[in-house]
Amino acid sequence: MNDSSQSFVKFEKIDKSYDGEVLVVKNLNLDIAKGEFVTMLGPSGSGKTTTLMMLAGFETPTNGEIFLDTKPISKIPPYEREIGMVFQNYALFPHMTVQENLAFPLEVRKISKSETQEKVQKALDMVELGNFGTRFPAQLSGGQQQRVALARALVFEPRLVLMDEPLGALDKNLREQMQYEIKHIHDRIGITVVYVTHDQSEALTMSNRIAVFNDGVVQQLSTPDILYEKPENSFVAKFIGENNTLNGVVKEINGSTCEVDLDNNFGTVKALKVNVSEVGEKTQLSIRPERVSIEPNNSLNTFTGKIEELIYLGDHIRARLDVCGNNEFIVKVPNEGSFSHKEGDTLNLGWDSDDVRALDI
Amino acid sequence: MEVIISTAELLTTDGIPLKQSLKKAERRNKIRAFFLVFPLLLFIVVTFVIPIGDMLMRSVDDSQINTVFPNTFEEYKKWDKGEDDLPPEEVYKNLFLELANGDKRQIGKALTRMNYAKSGWKSLIKKTSREIKKIVKKGEEPVSYKDTMIEINKFWADPTYWYSFNQMVNERSSIYYWNALDRTYNEEGDVILQDENRRMYIKTWIRTLKVSVYVTFFCLILGFPVAHLLANLPLRYSNLLMIFVLLPFWTSLLVRTTAWIVMLQQNGVINGVLVWLGILSDDGRIQMVYNETGTLIAMTQILLPFMILPLYSVMRVIPKSHMRAAQNLGAKPAMAFWRVYLPQTIPGMSAGGLLVFVLAIGYFITPELVGGKDGQLIGHWIAYHLKTTLNWGLCAALGSILLFVMLIFYWLYNKIVGIDNIKLG
Repeated sequence: MNDSSQSFVKFEKIDKSYDGEVLVVKNLNLDIAKGEFVTMLGPSGSGKTTTLMMLAGFETPTNGEIFLDTKPISKIPPYEREIGMVFQNYALFPHMTVQENLAFPLEVRKISKSETQEKVQKALDMVELGNFGTRFPAQLSGGQQQRVALARALVFEPRLVLMDEPLGALDKNLREQMQYEIKHIHDRIGITVVYVTHDQSEALTMSNRIAVFNDGVVQQLSTPDILYEKPENSFVAKFIGENNTLNGVVKEINGSTCEVDLDNNFGTVKALKVNVSEVGEKTQLSIRPERVSIEPNNSLNTFTGKIEELIYLGDHIRARLDVCGNNEFIVKVPNEGSFSHKEGDTLNLGWDSDDVRALDI
Repeated sequence: MEVIISTAELLTTDGIPLKQSLKKAERRNKIRAFFLVFPLLLFIVVTFVIPIGDMLMRSVDDSQINTVFPNTFEEYKKWDKGEDDLPPEEVYKNLFLELANGDKRQIGKALTRMNYAKSGWKSLIKKTSREIKKIVKKGEEPVSYKDTMIEINKFWADPTYWYSFNQMVNERSSIYYWNALDRTYNEEGDVILQDENRRMYIKTWIRTLKVSVYVTFFCLILGFPVAHLLANLPLRYSNLLMIFVLLPFWTSLLVRTTAWIVMLQQNGVINGVLVWLGILSDDGRIQMVYNETGTLIAMTQILLPFMILPLYSVMRVIPKSHMRAAQNLGAKPAMAFWRVYLPQTIPGMSAGGLLVFVLAIGYFITPELVGGKDGQLIGHWIAYHLKTTLNWGLCAALGSILLFVMLIFYWLYNKIVGIDNIKLG
């Protein structure tokens, strides 16, 4: 993947600063293959939108080069890049009807009237708005506007589509529905998509791969399952999904595993060595709530926890416990009808050493 | 629970018809709302509707003279002009009596009006009145009023004087409107052009329209980039720029206008600099003030903020992403501007344009001061007749025409742009 001839989009040593004092993006190296759906995920101010804007051509990299289809694109103006984009607030032109909005990119490319009409209709049908062509954007609901924006970004058959938090303005139900719709359209036409969001579930639902951004740096770039199950640092572990942490010091390293002494002498945990390198180093252990079992039969790592709070959620019960000094330790108990403990009770907990990851602190 | 679907009138839970109940519930709010707007309504009626109505009435009002010579006019209407050269005896008699017994001040006013219809009336009546007074003093009753009057002055045998009465016998007259368009009635009562040396209104009307259109156009050309900068610069720069735009509002109009005289006159700043730079020779100084050019320059500068502010308020809310989206879709910046940005500024352009045009068409002080002889707008004549000749009927007619022109432009504007498109903020 590191060879630029194989990747469709390639960021190479990109730095970006607006004021010459703060780097918004630091040494970004990213390869995106043709047809891939890559999401840039991160909190606000992490540099993901800036990265997208550099790709679209609205911002210039301070250092480094972006390649599209092996050609450097820094000197190509946005209107010649042939990259479609869905903007955060759709940026539909309010003085044009839906049809005119969609025809706009075709008109500026001097495509014939009949072909334009055909393509516009096809694009509208694709987003199931075939009968809405004569309406103005203000006469459409948020979800419909979103679809129009999507259709407009696709109608001129761009090489690549960028989406900048396109679902941010929609309510929860519609957002989820649109996630599937966008995913299905991507599957159907096989276009390369670069998607920006701060919503991790959105990223997990839609993407082939996710680049987690923080502080201008890509923390981890992986498929959703690896990102969730095998986070490489504590930021990713915390940012994606729910996560229980225990702090300690590395006592011993045995190949791919290590032993960690918990702070305040709560005991020793056997964990996967992920982001620690030497004995004596401080570390944060990460365990997913659903990987913790109650009253385990045999386990290396067994501890006790006092129930602080129980929340009934139908399919499972969410228990907040005090474990080894961490009173925000969450355990999800499947609702099998056999859980009879109350708040204040003490439970035995255990987990597999493969499910505990020793990360940076 | 049972759901009852009926085509009958909807009722509330208490069985009162829903509409009636709603009306009752809303009545209190409506009354309160009315009382809240009542002072404003009263204010508008007193300061706007009544004066404009009064102006419209005055512009066609010709009743004063009818109250001075009611009987004369009554008899005059009976005169068959085809049969007799001169009016019948009754007309002379009534005029004689009304001149003898009438209020002197009222007659004076009427004379001014009669002179508009035909010059010469004033001196004729004045002379005749004196003689009539003498006759009345002696206590004689003329055998024939007609012959007596012709004896007093031979012009009473001139039918053209009598013909001019025709214009005055009605209480409503269009004479002021014709005057305002350089026209008058001839002795036969037909509308004709004024003498060449008395034609000034048409010329001024055309100049007023021309200057207003130019000023609007220049304000748009100059104001658009400024408004764009205001809407797009970072806050600290745009605030400073806004102060520069608003600065004129905090300066007296008179000061700004006189400042332009200082700048533009032949020994003024601009000519001085141009001569100093060697661009102009000392005797080739340009006349930029006391003419139409001066009016144009000064009015454009003074009315510029009225264009910038509505434009700014519209541009401020156009998302920046629109230009980006247009470019992203393949439009070059110029094309993106033309197809995407400009159409969205139309509400601001039209609001500013209409505002500037309305203000320009009735502008007075600035053209009065910098306009000289060739740069006067119609406001000049309105003021002139209001203060100097006291011909309020003509004033009202000029004002009404101004109002009608505005309404026509407003109507055109509504047809072309649509009044809903106006946006001031």
